[in-house]
Amino acid sequence: MNFNLTLIGQMISFGVFVWFTMTFVWSPIMKALQDRKAKIAEGLAAAERGHQEKALGEQRALETLKDAKAQAAEILGQANKRASEIVEEAKTDARGEGQRLILSAQAEIEHETNRAREELRQQVATLAIAAAEKILKKEIDVRAHQSIIDDFARQI
Amino acid sequence: MSTAETLTSQAYIQHHLTQMTLGVHPEQGFGFAHSAKEAAEMGFWALNIDTMFFSILLGWLVFSFFRKVAERATAGVPDGAQNFVEAIVDLIDENVRGSFSGKNPMVAPLALTIFVWVFLMNAMDLLPVDLLPWLFGQFMSLFGANPHHVFLRVVPTADPNTTFAMALMVFFTVLYYSVKMKGVGGFLGELTLQPFGVWGMPANIILEGISLLSKPVSLALRLFGNMYAGEMIFILIALMYSGGTVMAVSAGGLQFVWAVFHILIITLQAFIFMVLTVVYLDMAHQTHH
Repeated sequence: MNFNLTLIGQMISFGVFVWFTMTFVWSPIMKALQDRKAKIAEGLAAAERGHQEKALGEQRALETLKDAKAQAAEILGQANKRASEIVEEAKTDARGEGQRLILSAQAEIEHETNRAREELRQQVATLAIAAAEKILKKEIDVRAHQSIIDDFARQI
Repeated sequence: MSTAETLTSQAYIQHHLTQMTLGVHPEQGFGFAHSAKEAAEMGFWALNIDTMFFSILLGWLVFSFFRKVAERATAGVPDGAQNFVEAIVDLIDENVRGSFSGKNPMVAPLALTIFVWVFLMNAMDLLPVDLLPWLFGQFMSLFGANPHHVFLRVVPTADPNTTFAMALMVFFTVLYYSVKMKGVGGFLGELTLQPFGVWGMPANIILEGISLLSKPVSLALRLFGNMYAGEMIFILIALMYSGGTVMAVSAGGLQFVWAVFHILIITLQAFIFMVLTVVYLDMAHQTHH
């Protein structure tokens, strides 16, 4: 162990290396490390925000969907109601119309019946007279016996 | 081991433990020392060229590499080199944060420098002991030098000059911050007024003075001792290669095992030197006691 100038030389080299590291190595690398740390923290925060926003959006979408469904159901209900109303209306109309048709048909029938009856009466009267003529073998004065004939015909 | 035939074991070991010293010899004049004795005779005003060369070369290589990485360091996705440097910086930063409670932007870079530099200087131990000295001896013999008088020690931390230089720098830094943080009075008070109070002042001075001075000494000697011993064992193992086939084969195994174990030692010693420096500086920054 002999100490010599090397001691001083090594002290100087050591000092220079420490100074060099302090000035040119440590701070840029620490800065890069800090910057990266900040960047990563930022990224994580952004991811967290995105996550929250996504959850929020999903919830919003769900709500919208629910609203839409409710609206659709309402519209459907209204439509159903309207349809049944229309059907009901149509039914009422049809029933009225049918009633009316029936009534008019009945009136017609009545009318026809009356007409037929009247005709039949005339014919029976005519037949009765013809029969009476045959029985009496003589002319009956239709005009003179008109009231009798009418009376007879009315009884048929 | 080309030198084995011409050298005794003792001479071989001696050769490996002699620095390449440049200085003024009282009789030979200015030049390289031709033996350990001559190197010692040069006194203080001589320079261990090998220690200086390898330490500065390693420091320059690694710190210029760090500088290059730091220059283009981005906060984005780091590439391999940046990742590597960041891992080291992060490790040091974490350790400094753990054991240094004060606020001083100089401590962490200091710790980084110590760890990286000491680690690399220690790692020179893993090169085969004869490789660089032999190559250098052959190279110098081209210029007419006797390879037996060309010395080269490749592990700068096995030279006490290096370890004491670093420990002294750390010691001066500790003294500087002790005075800066506590004031001259506070620092002297710490040295003289405890643990026994005013009346035990002589005892206090002895106790605290020893504990203060033991810090750099233990710091330097620990690293030097570990590296010197490690190098010595490599040299002893290398001696075995000249002892026949059986010895040579077992030497190969031993060298491998010791090298693997040495990986742990060089890392550990670099780490210990760094951690203790940080701890001493932390003590210097503590104003209360």
